[in-house]
Amino acid sequence: MIETEIKVTPQVAAEHGLTPDEYARIQKILGRDPNITELGIFSVMWSEHCSYKSSRVHLKKLPTRGPHVVQGPGENAGVVDIGDGLVAVFKIESHNHPSFVEPFQGAATGVGGILRDIFTMGARPIAVLDSLRFGPIEPGPAAGNATDEEIARNRRILDGVIRGIGFYGNCFGVPTVGGEVIFEPCYSNNPLVNALALGIARREELFFAKASGVGNPVIYVGAKTGRDGIHGASLLASAEFSEESQQKRPNVQVGDPFMEKLLLEACLEAMRTGAVVAIQDMGAAGLTSSSSEMASRGGLGIEIDLARVPQRETNMTAYDIMLSESQERMLLVAERGREGEVFDVFHKWGLDAVEVGRVTDDGKLRVLIHGRVAAEIPAHALAEEGPRYERPIAAPAAAAAAAADARPLKFAPEGADLTGNFRRLLASPDIASKEWITEQYDSMVRTNTRVGPGAGDAAVLRLKETKRALAIKTDGNGRWGQLAPRLGAMHAVAEAARNVACTGARPIAATNCLNFGNPEKPEVMWQFTEAIEGIAEACRVLDTPITGGNVSFYNETLGKPIYPTPILGVLGLLEDAECAVDSAFKSEGDAIVLLDGGSAGATNTGAFGSSQYAKEIQGVVAGAPPAIDLGAEKRLIECLVKLASAKAIASAHDVSDGGLAVTLAESCFHSNGFSADVDASAAAARGEAAEIALFGERGARVVVSLPGASLARLEAIATECGVHATRIGTVSRGEFRIQYNGAAVVRGPMDLFRRTWTGSLEKAVEATA
Amino acid sequence: MKFGVVVFPGSNCDDDAYHAIASVIKQPVEFIWHQSEQLAGFDAILLPGGFAFGDYLRTGAIARFSPVMKAVSRFARSGGLVLGVCNGFQILLEAGLLPGAMLRNQRLRFLCRQVHVRVENAETPFTCAARPGQILKMPIAHMEGNYFCDAATLAELERNRQIVFRYVHADGRAAGVDDFEANPNGALAAIAGLCNRERNVVGLMPHPERAVEAALGSTDGLVIFRSMVESLTRAESKAKAAPAVERVPA
Repeated sequence: MIETEIKVTPQVAAEHGLTPDEYARIQKILGRDPNITELGIFSVMWSEHCSYKSSRVHLKKLPTRGPHVVQGPGENAGVVDIGDGLVAVFKIESHNHPSFVEPFQGAATGVGGILRDIFTMGARPIAVLDSLRFGPIEPGPAAGNATDEEIARNRRILDGVIRGIGFYGNCFGVPTVGGEVIFEPCYSNNPLVNALALGIARREELFFAKASGVGNPVIYVGAKTGRDGIHGASLLASAEFSEESQQKRPNVQVGDPFMEKLLLEACLEAMRTGAVVAIQDMGAAGLTSSSSEMASRGGLGIEIDLARVPQRETNMTAYDIMLSESQERMLLVAERGREGEVFDVFHKWGLDAVEVGRVTDDGKLRVLIHGRVAAEIPAHALAEEGPRYERPIAAPAAAAAAAADARPLKFAPEGADLTGNFRRLLASPDIASKEWITEQYDSMVRTNTRVGPGAGDAAVLRLKETKRALAIKTDGNGRWGQLAPRLGAMHAVAEAARNVACTGARPIAATNCLNFGNPEKPEVMWQFTEAIEGIAEACRVLDTPITGGNVSFYNETLGKPIYPTPILGVLGLLEDAECAVDSAFKSEGDAIVLLDGGSAGATNTGAFGSSQYAKEIQGVVAGAPPAIDLGAEKRLIECLVKLASAKAIASAHDVSDGGLAVTLAESCFHSNGFSADVDASAAAARGEAAEIALFGERGARVVVSLPGASLARLEAIATECGVHATRIGTVSRGEFRIQYNGAAVVRGPMDLFRRTWTGSLEKAVEATA
Repeated sequence: MKFGVVVFPGSNCDDDAYHAIASVIKQPVEFIWHQSEQLAGFDAILLPGGFAFGDYLRTGAIARFSPVMKAVSRFARSGGLVLGVCNGFQILLEAGLLPGAMLRNQRLRFLCRQVHVRVENAETPFTCAARPGQILKMPIAHMEGNYFCDAATLAELERNRQIVFRYVHADGRAAGVDDFEANPNGALAAIAGLCNRERNVVGLMPHPERAVEAALGSTDGLVIFRSMVESLTRAESKAKAAPAVERVPA
């Protein structure tokens, strides 16, 4: 074997991304020098991506328990009880670097990976959401100084990512029901592709990745192993980008959604036989992580013989096989004597299923190849005793300066017509309709999608087994994270929870994907710890414990970190699917009411520099995000849940990017040709500039519509919940009009606004640079 | 009366079709594994949507070789009702049970959206409960739905009234040239669904099984299932009245 000829030296260890201290630790655990296969195994398991070595001490601050939580962080995905004997299994994960290097396959395998995390627990995936961040795709004030070349590349990345997500999810047969797409210059060389998957299982049929039963066979199932993705976790996901990163393309895995669909059906069928003891997917670090983690969780060992592993390339070394990240593979432990039942199921589906090893009692991961021991490592030490770092933390001086930079924004004179700026905002890629993207995804397969992409503030999936439904949404504002990481993170939780509540569902749990720069930089660690504390506080107040997720560090290119971007996925439970609320106005003459969980009219002029309007219209990103009042958010959530269950409202849509004006327009766009006639004065503070009243992004506000006859009931419920309800207008059939202090500041034909909003994204992407 | 839903490796609308038939239409239904060559006891066969065999090579190109397709051909030849939806339609084309072929959508992108189709022939067992010219709102979700055939075949389809569904605007207006709003994939003559000359095999790109519950956006797909039930019921009562009438052999 060639590998034995490579002598492991501190130099070779360094090339594997291991520090001298980490190398010394390996020598100590083994009591000798590692061979090259062992070094490779340690290097992937102790990579930032797999070991969470920089984040683990901080992640402990997150609340992870709650009345619904069945399984918190530490398993393949989080599990929450949703009643009637059912559990929801969900998790979000990043695939950022692969998606930059090879957008189509990077995004596709990101979806594939998170789906496996769900069905490895015995749950059938019922929905996928994607939280995407790209660099600018058109020039303009918001594009910073992005070059034409950058813009053209960003379009290609966007197109590849969208196609990749569709390619995988559409074929697999899971509806892609939502997510968000946001553009900022900082993501030009480091797009974010975070995929969330949600599944359903019966509680007693859950599976865990914990080996048991000494002597039980270890069975490899699914696709054959190739050389693709070797070091995906350690080299791609755990290091910054440089100009040579494009050459890492061979490190990106290649996805086969058809294979994954077969794997799904075969795994669920095999689990039903009762012969499966434990199962884990081979994701990052492939065979290495699945075997050592299952052994470690069970306090046992696993011995595998690599000669038996199905391979699609010749002359693969133990190093290659252990580190391969070939997709669509699973490792499972079966009950000795019943392995035939497992084989039968996989063979029915035309899949490889091979006994490659057995569970042992010596606590070791022992890897054999052609009768020779290629690696022997204590499993627990490998999986759980990796390095932990309390990296230095320092608040950057620049952050304080940016916060203090309440750059005086130029406001239009009182009564000025803001229609032109409003249209520019509607056409901006962040706000423009994402239909061109979501139409490329099958959002309806499995016939559970009650509120699909764009139609409501969160996706709503009915559950055929019960009258209940689930609502789910991802959110995260990187710009706000950059200006104030803690506050930005709190807003991410609050917005996702508020969106879920807008559908009538009660938020019950969350998952997070923490996208940050290089943790070895004290200012990045500061952003990270601030964000964690923000998430912890918000999740505690809003009763949405974190059940799992993923940390993605090293999102930097040429030394420039992305905005700190924590993405929150919040899951909500709707007791009666019939009560689901979407964001579209329903009938002419319905009252339009602004619900405000805070003190009505209170505003924050300094926060306007952080708004979408400031970014798009004035090219300014400054100041601090709006202050947050978690109590107000909580009151508003309670109010929305009650209104929906009383069937008191016809629509609900939260005020967020682009402020009240955009919220109102969107409720029209999604409707059956309705418009709105609104006076924003009643809901604004005295003396507030029109631009702030229309486009300010203060939280804890939701626009609802309802028949006049229901107004009294709405007021009673709002008062009971401590929420202000202010009637601001009426659903109409005429022109779209917003008045402020006696002047019509935005007005025009609805069709014109709709066209502006609908066509912009496609135009920007399909433009040839 | 019993429906069968064929399951190919990679079918992913099989559960949805089953749900529509069992829970909404409330008729007996069973899954049929693609290796099966036995269709005895079934009165209607549904080839569901999805990506049979990953759509590798060409949509439907591998699925047509599954053992079940031999049985489906026999079933169709002897007059049994066969409905192919989306990927199922593609498989029927590849199997030669319907004429023509599918190209990639004209704009080369997968498309999932609600569309409107007009019932062009209400005298098939799949549309007999519909009004002639009725507009149905149903979703599409495909990459290859751009129907194509040569001019002679098209003329024959028109002559034999084999075009069952055509993409139209919501108000029933015909789709124009490159009118992607109405005919989103650019299908020849805006063809959304076809039948064979005998009328007992229909393929269509929109998903009727996704349009059977108001909560999910449309109930217009029901008319297709109801038509099937109606014509099967008629056939059953006829068979009872005149037992000599040939039953569908397996």
